[in-house]
Amino acid sequence: MAGEKVVETTGLLGWVDRRFPLTKMVKEHVTEYYAPKNFNFWYFFGSLAMLVLVIQILTGIFMVMHYKPDAELAFASVEYIMREVPFGWVIRYMHSTGASMFFVVVYLHMLRGMLYGSYRKPRELVWVFGVAIFLCLMAEAFFGYLLPWGQMSYWGAQVIVNLFAAIPFVGEGLSTWIRGDFVVSDATLNRFFAFHVIAIPLVLIGLIVAHVIALHEVGSNNPDGVEIKEKVDAKGRPLDGIPFHPYYTVHDILGVAGFLLVFAAIMFFAPTMGGYFIEANNFIPADPYVTPAHIAPVWYFTPFYSMLRATTAEFTWALVAFSLVFAVGLFFSKNNRGIWKIIWPVVLIALAILLRVFDAKFWGVVVMGGTVVILGFLPWLDKSPVKSIRYRPGWHKLLYAIFMVNFLVLGYIGTQVPNDLLNLISQISTVIYLAFFFFMPIWSRLGTFKEVPDRVTFKPH
Amino acid sequence: MSQESTVSKETAVVEQASPDVLPDDPNRRFWLGTACAVGGVAGVATVIPFVASMSPSERAKAAGAPVQVDISSVAPGQMITVEWQGKPVWILRRTPEMLATLPKINGDLVDPMSERPGFTPEFAQNEHRSINPEWMIMVGICTHLGCSPSARFASGTSQGMGADWLGGYLCPCHGSVFDFAGRVFKNQPAPDNLPVPPYYFIDETNVMIGLDTPA
Repeated sequence: MAGEKVVETTGLLGWVDRRFPLTKMVKEHVTEYYAPKNFNFWYFFGSLAMLVLVIQILTGIFMVMHYKPDAELAFASVEYIMREVPFGWVIRYMHSTGASMFFVVVYLHMLRGMLYGSYRKPRELVWVFGVAIFLCLMAEAFFGYLLPWGQMSYWGAQVIVNLFAAIPFVGEGLSTWIRGDFVVSDATLNRFFAFHVIAIPLVLIGLIVAHVIALHEVGSNNPDGVEIKEKVDAKGRPLDGIPFHPYYTVHDILGVAGFLLVFAAIMFFAPTMGGYFIEANNFIPADPYVTPAHIAPVWYFTPFYSMLRATTAEFTWALVAFSLVFAVGLFFSKNNRGIWKIIWPVVLIALAILLRVFDAKFWGVVVMGGTVVILGFLPWLDKSPVKSIRYRPGWHKLLYAIFMVNFLVLGYIGTQVPNDLLNLISQISTVIYLAFFFFMPIWSRLGTFKEVPDRVTFKPH
Repeated sequence: MSQESTVSKETAVVEQASPDVLPDDPNRRFWLGTACAVGGVAGVATVIPFVASMSPSERAKAAGAPVQVDISSVAPGQMITVEWQGKPVWILRRTPEMLATLPKINGDLVDPMSERPGFTPEFAQNEHRSINPEWMIMVGICTHLGCSPSARFASGTSQGMGADWLGGYLCPCHGSVFDFAGRVFKNQPAPDNLPVPPYYFIDETNVMIGLDTPA
């Protein structure tokens, strides 16, 4: 058999390996993929996110067997699943708990990235794919939330689709096109069903594969921010690395066990979580003529929702001030040369003018979108000479703590009925959030940094 | 990124500890096995709700409940169709002429005494396949691949059947033929007689389809 590929394995496995890189892939990504040995608790959340994805897809498939995506039938079909399908209530509550847990896991996963500088070179693309995944996840949750066709589903969808109506000139037409009708209706429900069940899951899966491949191409970061590939043994294996299987497969199973404990406790004993996971208003069928007294998005959208609400006509003056400060700063900055010295300030001054020309409603939408998208720029905003927070100046830790508390404050305000005090606090919090990112190229360089060790800090246990 | 190879005792330590060189450890093997077994139990427990959710729901089971039928308006020689468990059930009031055809064709049938399992309940294992010879009750679904046969009650060629046709049913999908007791002829695609559902007569004019004795 001249010309046939030579592989190490024999028998049936050898037959497969000559035609498909099975053993090669398993070695490259699992048994001979070296990950840093000093992973801590924060490193569970990536694999947990994959677990939750599988849970959502599985429970979703089994619910689609009974759900009816028709405005007349949808609400009743969900009650049918809850009451008449054998174990239907288990599957439904797994899906709703899973949706909230997806965001808990993903927020903690992103926080790990911010604390340890996981987005820094050469991992920028891993982070960018991650931000894209986060955006898709938000869209997926939004489309999915309409499907039960409750009061909160309906009016939440109405509000969010109307965000697009805020876009100048094309807004109204765009909103009508998205809805397939002049108001949220059966047409909207059916297409959101298509997006939620097929379109976005496919995109999500593709992005997650890309995210993991990009990660494996450069190897994981670790809590010390030390690049383990810089110290290898005679066989080229990182001295501070351990093969993913069996060490991290087993380690992650522990994480899964702990997670499932929490997940099961919530699912069986507190699936509505006091109205935060499944909102009370959603137990009422959608009524296009009556808006509930209190509309709020689900908890995981509330921080960004707060920033949307904070952007009033008065607040746009703060954004104008931001733009002008940056126009001046970028004009005088040493990093900008030649034509960019002119272009940036011109763009920012034009922005400052438009901020007062277009309705604040539109800028609210821009702020809400911008506050998510700005995360994608972290690899280029962070100019700190060290990756991990462990070796940053002490006051950097304070800044991160302020950022986290600020995010939680924004989240809390988003769940409450607006009033003057809360509005003011949310506006200040929005400024803090934006300033953290926009001024990062400056503050991340300041202070006395600690010496980063050569090898990872690890105590055998 | 420098690729320095630090040849030191660390290298030696790493090589000795590599997985292919570890000795067999029965204790470790025991705990690995135990953990896998417990995990397997958890896995099975997780699968149960999903598999169960595919069984008929309460609504489906309710829709399959027994059906009471009033047969007072069915004339001799007439057939009515009622729905039970989503399937067509035929109630045929046989005339003496129809009944007379039954013993003549026993030799041409696969299972004249309805002995093959699964299609004829005990109370119908007789030549007329029913409780009362005048009333034939059967599920109108061909035992080949599930189409519903058409009536061919007229004998002879007037309805497109052969000259020696005595009357019964013809399935339009693949041509299987059945007699007035739903018994299948030999050499047909269908292997079995038409199913007889459980039923009983509540009184002279009412029959309950779906149960063979009152609940």
